[in-house]
Amino acid sequence: MTALLLDVQNVSKSFGARKVVDGVSFSVARGQTLGLLGPNGAGKSTTVSMICGLLKPDQGQVLVEGQTMGAGNNAVKFKIGLVPQDLALYEDLPSIENLKLFGALYGLKGSQLQQRCESVLNLVNLTDRAADKPATFSGGMKRRLNIAAALLHEPELLILDEPTVGVDPQSRNAIFDSLELLKSRGLTLIYTSHYMEEVERLADHIVIIDHGKVISNETPADLYRRLPAQAALSVDVHTKVAETDVASLSLMPGVSSINVSDQGKHLELALSSHEMALSLLQWLAKAGYKTSHFATAKTNLEDVFLTLTGRSLRD
Amino acid sequence: MTALLALIKKDLILFMSDRRALLLNLFMPILLASFFGFLTGGGGKDVAKIEIAIVVLDSHPIIQKIVQGLKAESTLSVKELPLEEAKALVLKGKLNMAVVLPENFGESAGAAFFGGKAKPELPIYYDPSQTAVLAMVKGMLTQQVMQSVSAEMFSGKAGAKFVDQTIQNLEKSDNAMKENGELHDFLGSWKKFQDKQLTKSNADTEGKSAVSAGLSMPFTTKDQAMAAGDPVTRKYNGFAHSFAGMSVQFILFMAIDAGIGVLLARRLGLWNRLLAAPVGLNTLLMARGLSCALIASGLMSFIFAVAVLVFKVKIAGSLPGFIGVVISFSLMTASFGLLIAAFGKTPEAARGISIFATLIMVMLSGAWMPSFLFPQWLQNFTLIVPTRWAVDGLDAMTWRGLGFDAALPAMLVQLVFAAFFGLIAIWRFRKV
Repeated sequence: MTALLLDVQNVSKSFGARKVVDGVSFSVARGQTLGLLGPNGAGKSTTVSMICGLLKPDQGQVLVEGQTMGAGNNAVKFKIGLVPQDLALYEDLPSIENLKLFGALYGLKGSQLQQRCESVLNLVNLTDRAADKPATFSGGMKRRLNIAAALLHEPELLILDEPTVGVDPQSRNAIFDSLELLKSRGLTLIYTSHYMEEVERLADHIVIIDHGKVISNETPADLYRRLPAQAALSVDVHTKVAETDVASLSLMPGVSSINVSDQGKHLELALSSHEMALSLLQWLAKAGYKTSHFATAKTNLEDVFLTLTGRSLRD
Repeated sequence: MTALLALIKKDLILFMSDRRALLLNLFMPILLASFFGFLTGGGGKDVAKIEIAIVVLDSHPIIQKIVQGLKAESTLSVKELPLEEAKALVLKGKLNMAVVLPENFGESAGAAFFGGKAKPELPIYYDPSQTAVLAMVKGMLTQQVMQSVSAEMFSGKAGAKFVDQTIQNLEKSDNAMKENGELHDFLGSWKKFQDKQLTKSNADTEGKSAVSAGLSMPFTTKDQAMAAGDPVTRKYNGFAHSFAGMSVQFILFMAIDAGIGVLLARRLGLWNRLLAAPVGLNTLLMARGLSCALIASGLMSFIFAVAVLVFKVKIAGSLPGFIGVVISFSLMTASFGLLIAAFGKTPEAARGISIFATLIMVMLSGAWMPSFLFPQWLQNFTLIVPTRWAVDGLDAMTWRGLGFDAALPAMLVQLVFAAFFGLIAIWRFRKV
């Protein structure tokens, strides 16, 4: 059994004259959770479609456990579970019938199918709604059922294409609880999103795609190291901070930059670590400045994306 | 196989779960078929009569005989009405026409019978949308007038009076007697014949049996409908054709919905989700086609079950032939649905175009109006339409009462169309 479960090798895809995916390469090890991050239209869903065999790459190939994903190779499809961006459910078919259908597509039948349906319904906390139609569900419940349908055949790789679109925070947490449980069981995950906080919460490796190309492929820790600062401190004081004090602050170790505004009463400091904020506030107090308000913030993948591309993830 | 069966089961559950659509699919064709069947004679019990009014403005015996004769016609429903009321009812479309029997018509018609005198006019007011009815009623009116006038002239009192007057006129003038001696002799003989007839008539208690029938058609027709219909009465059942036509129409509409369903699944991402599973495109298309064919067969069976049980339609031909036509039509319908799914860009656009195409196919099939009413070139042209073969095949197996061999061409042509549509659909799906 190879440690490398998925190997995407230099795949490209064009629709007409528009190249949507351009030489994308990355790999996923067994048990790993890969975050596929990028703004809308970056080429994430097209990449996912090629991984799942729904689209044939114009160039390159997708290998699952060394086997090429492609037309007619249904054996490879058994290894993958897809949670598509759309709610791929029959709204007027009872939940259990939806699950039985998707299970049967993977060759499950009889008591095995029944047992798997019960198991996945339990995992996504929908056991009591088995007989109900998805048409009567909330958005979050439909998303959970969507995930359940992808887990029926116990895939080795679960691909989730923006699975929390249109979901309220409570349901989003429920979905993440389920995914974290799956991750803890060793299931390999690919999670695509343009919400960096979701990817940050789950992924142990992140691939950032923009304009169809991979612009970053590393661990979250390595990504953060690319940033000039890891945290920010914002401070409001009652009296103007003297220019000499501003100069002193900027020379302190760990302070990357300092911006002064509001006639010298508002300071924005970029810090190399979050913990530095307290010592800086103590320094200001010692220097005689009475603080009226302060706030600290950790940098996130949004800042990473901004640093890498010069624009926001949600532009 | 597990996947194929699961996909078919899913389609059947979804079809059955939409109660409103199900009821529409089942009962609309029955409702419309019963309506059209009723219009075309239904089960043969209540043949629609032509409703006419007679305006009688003359009391001459000839007029009474004409009125009695028209009232006795089995295909007419005759009402005696005043002129203005009759005209108003024709104008409103409540009556097909009004025939006016004017003053002195009886006497004038008698006088004109042997020529020489001016022919009296007989006004007819008719609904311009009923020109075929006009011709029919004029034919019946001609027969009644001829029969009544001739009967009266040969053996009635009015005829006797007419002969007396003509003899008297001849005897008044010597010249006339010289020139028309033979006519005088003929009329004398005729007078004797009339007197004999009148004496006989008076001797009869009722005075009916001895009256001459007058001039009448020298033949009667023996009408025999060439339809199997009821095996006992052998009457044509108009519901048989209307049920064939309407079931074909509404099952094609169901196929449109099935095709649109695929387009909706593609729009919602469901189609891709199914293709992400280890099932091929062919399996998905086959499942869709088979489920559609099963639904079509089920609908057709239910509709014809109602036709048989309620409307007394008989599968007077070959039952295996009927089943064969139903199955081949169902397969053709299913592949038609796939064709819509393959070429439709959006569900909305596909629905509009496919409803138009279906209505044209149904119209050309003779479902609304029997195809024998089409001009010959159109009858030949419509042979390229698969629905024409479906309707003809169902007609052949129901009211025409033909054997299995008559069903074979209909089955074969529809299966060819099914294969043709299916192959084009698969080619298109693979291309997109």
